[in-house]
Amino acid sequence: MTSIAAPLTTADGQPLKVSLRRAQRRSRLRAVALVLPLFLFLVISFLMPIAEMLLRSVENPEIVELMPRTTEAIQDWDGQGLPPEAVFQAAREDLVAGRLARNIGTVGSRLNYEFSGGRSLITRSSRQAARWEAPFKDAMIAADRRWGDPEVWQIIQREAEPYTLSYYLAALDMAYTPDGEIVKKPAQQSIYVDLFWRTIWMSMLITALTLVLGYPVAYLLATLPLRYSNLLMILVLLPFWTSLLVRTTTWIAILQTQGVLNDMLVWVGLIGNQSRAQMIYNQTGTIVAMTHILLPFMILPLYSVMKTISPAYMRAARSLGAPPFIAYLRIYLPQTAPGIGAGGILVFILSIGYYITPALVGGESGRFITNFVAYHMQVSLNWGLAAAIGTILLGAVLILYWLYNRLIGIDSLKFG
Amino acid sequence: MKKLLTTAILAGASALSAQQASAAEGTFAIVSWGGAYEMSQQRAYVEPWVKQNPGLNVIFENKAQTALAGLRAQVQANNVVWDLVDMLPSEAIIACDEGLVEPIDADVILAAAPDGTPASKDFIAGSLGECFIPQIVYSTIVAFNSEMFPADKQPSSMADVFDLENFPGKRSLQRKPINNLEWALIADGVPADKVYDVLSTPEGVDQAFAKLGTIKDQVIWWEEGAQPPQLLADKEVAFGSAYNGRIFNAQVNEKQPFQIIWDGQVFELDGWVVPKGKLDVAKDFLHFATDTQRLADQAKYISYGPARTSSAALVSTHADTGIDMKPHMPTYEPNFQNAIAKDDLFWADHLDELTERFNAWLAN
Repeated sequence: MTSIAAPLTTADGQPLKVSLRRAQRRSRLRAVALVLPLFLFLVISFLMPIAEMLLRSVENPEIVELMPRTTEAIQDWDGQGLPPEAVFQAAREDLVAGRLARNIGTVGSRLNYEFSGGRSLITRSSRQAARWEAPFKDAMIAADRRWGDPEVWQIIQREAEPYTLSYYLAALDMAYTPDGEIVKKPAQQSIYVDLFWRTIWMSMLITALTLVLGYPVAYLLATLPLRYSNLLMILVLLPFWTSLLVRTTTWIAILQTQGVLNDMLVWVGLIGNQSRAQMIYNQTGTIVAMTHILLPFMILPLYSVMKTISPAYMRAARSLGAPPFIAYLRIYLPQTAPGIGAGGILVFILSIGYYITPALVGGESGRFITNFVAYHMQVSLNWGLAAAIGTILLGAVLILYWLYNRLIGIDSLKFG
Repeated sequence: MKKLLTTAILAGASALSAQQASAAEGTFAIVSWGGAYEMSQQRAYVEPWVKQNPGLNVIFENKAQTALAGLRAQVQANNVVWDLVDMLPSEAIIACDEGLVEPIDADVILAAAPDGTPASKDFIAGSLGECFIPQIVYSTIVAFNSEMFPADKQPSSMADVFDLENFPGKRSLQRKPINNLEWALIADGVPADKVYDVLSTPEGVDQAFAKLGTIKDQVIWWEEGAQPPQLLADKEVAFGSAYNGRIFNAQVNEKQPFQIIWDGQVFELDGWVVPKGKLDVAKDFLHFATDTQRLADQAKYISYGPARTSSAALVSTHADTGIDMKPHMPTYEPNFQNAIAKDDLFWADHLDELTERFNAWLAN
């Protein structure tokens, strides 16, 4: 009986418990070491940029950092009439310093987002500021009468905060009035809300079209004898392996007014030479090209799910007396639902973020909100606005994902 | 004798080290506009420069369209990879104010004219910027394919471009408010020197958009400079706005039946900026590429006017076809009758607002 009370040991005299723990720790470390590269990669290339984007959409460092004296002096101003002389003096010092440090243009760009003319007001004044003499209120108004406009100072006071909501307001077609109220922009300057809706409904339409076109193909792939289905699979994969730009420009060659399809229609006599159809540089172009490009992302998950469905179920349903269509509807279709869900989510999320194809074949009416993200990143350089639009888009996708989870359940997804 | 020898050795050594320096740096990255314009820079500046500096590898990047964004990103990341950037003056002002590019002391860095006139006096008055060295005067014009209209009824004025009844067909315009709003007002009868006064008022902007609206559904909007000549050649459009040099290239080198409507041409400068921290690397090439002879040489390849007064007299004939270049220049007297000088200050202030309105107008 005493031998049971003594702790079990391994051959080298270590207690078994310790030795076991050590062995387990080693395998845990190995597991962590295997996952670590991917984890770090995700943090650096995915999570950090998203955090940076979220930050950039509210960050407002320009005036706070580059006009520090004005920022401090203007805090106490009550917003009535013109600010006191001390604020003008501070602004003058900031303009002189910003001119020397060659960074005052950044303030000008920032203010120009809020009111047209902000850029020239700042840069032109900064060139003269060193020559102004006290009292600076009069000197500045004499140099540029816009300094005598209380609205300009109200805007500077509002934007002299380290964080701002104005990029989100702009992304939702709204703006501040000079006294701080939030209002909708006039219709002739509203653009983004419509584009958000358009992006979402066109993505849904594209998803539905890929499902309608892809479902029969996936069914054939899953049920044909191997030698035919292999050939069919190559036909599905070949375009998948072709460059995106090549596929997009091919659609231009096919669909344009002097293109292959119009030529054929004219030759057959369906339409006259003068009334060639406009099938590209509009919504039709975007929908056709994107449906084609995203089709494999629908077919492949569908195929991998269908492949696992045993033909015995359908035979059983038929032998129990179900007509073919009812058997399909009640037995086969429900079993492919995980594939439909997976393909649908994949295609929808991919298409909501597409911008090259809509830019090339979408014309005006086929543009996505993502084209404006690219525009503000590359051309207008309003990165705050680009980040705000991107964040709203991310939020919309997350809401849709949540809805999907509530309605259908994310566990039912199956990619194969 | 000894002195001569020392000088010779020193000269030889410095030539050697200069060569080594350029070879060690390996490549010299120039950002430009691609197409026929880049080709003219390649032949007029880069080829002779490489002949003098064998082993130097000059690469062109066709990114001038988004160069300001690129410079901002590179300077923020503290990793400037471009050595010299071709830019419009309006963007150069912004880049200069934000400290993305180097200020240039023209008389120190740039070559004097052959007669000794310092650079600051030799460039067209007011064209040198604090950080900007102009190369050329170019203009944006509307061209048409003459085969798409009967020989006795060819368009000739900006008003014709907006006249769908007499001159039917698609138009291709650049997808931005600049130039299009000016042209809409010209077509509406506003004189060239009043265009920006009218555009500075809300009513003027409404008037311009309303006029542009009359042709809106006949417009294919372009974004790359190479698109309009292609669309014109394919007869997808009857009119296309374009840089005059690209149309010249299509007329002369590709024998396309294009005609330029000089009425209402919007002319401006184009030139170099040196990215932050690159002055030492770029200054020798800059000195060479902006001297009188090089600017005059460029006009042998493309129909853009040189930005130096001393170069104008040297402009001769096209290098490949031998035709006289003068009548193809934007500044040629008969072409210059109703020309608009692009107002950079107006656009620096109003571009954000008018682009927003332009995009909303396009979408609705």
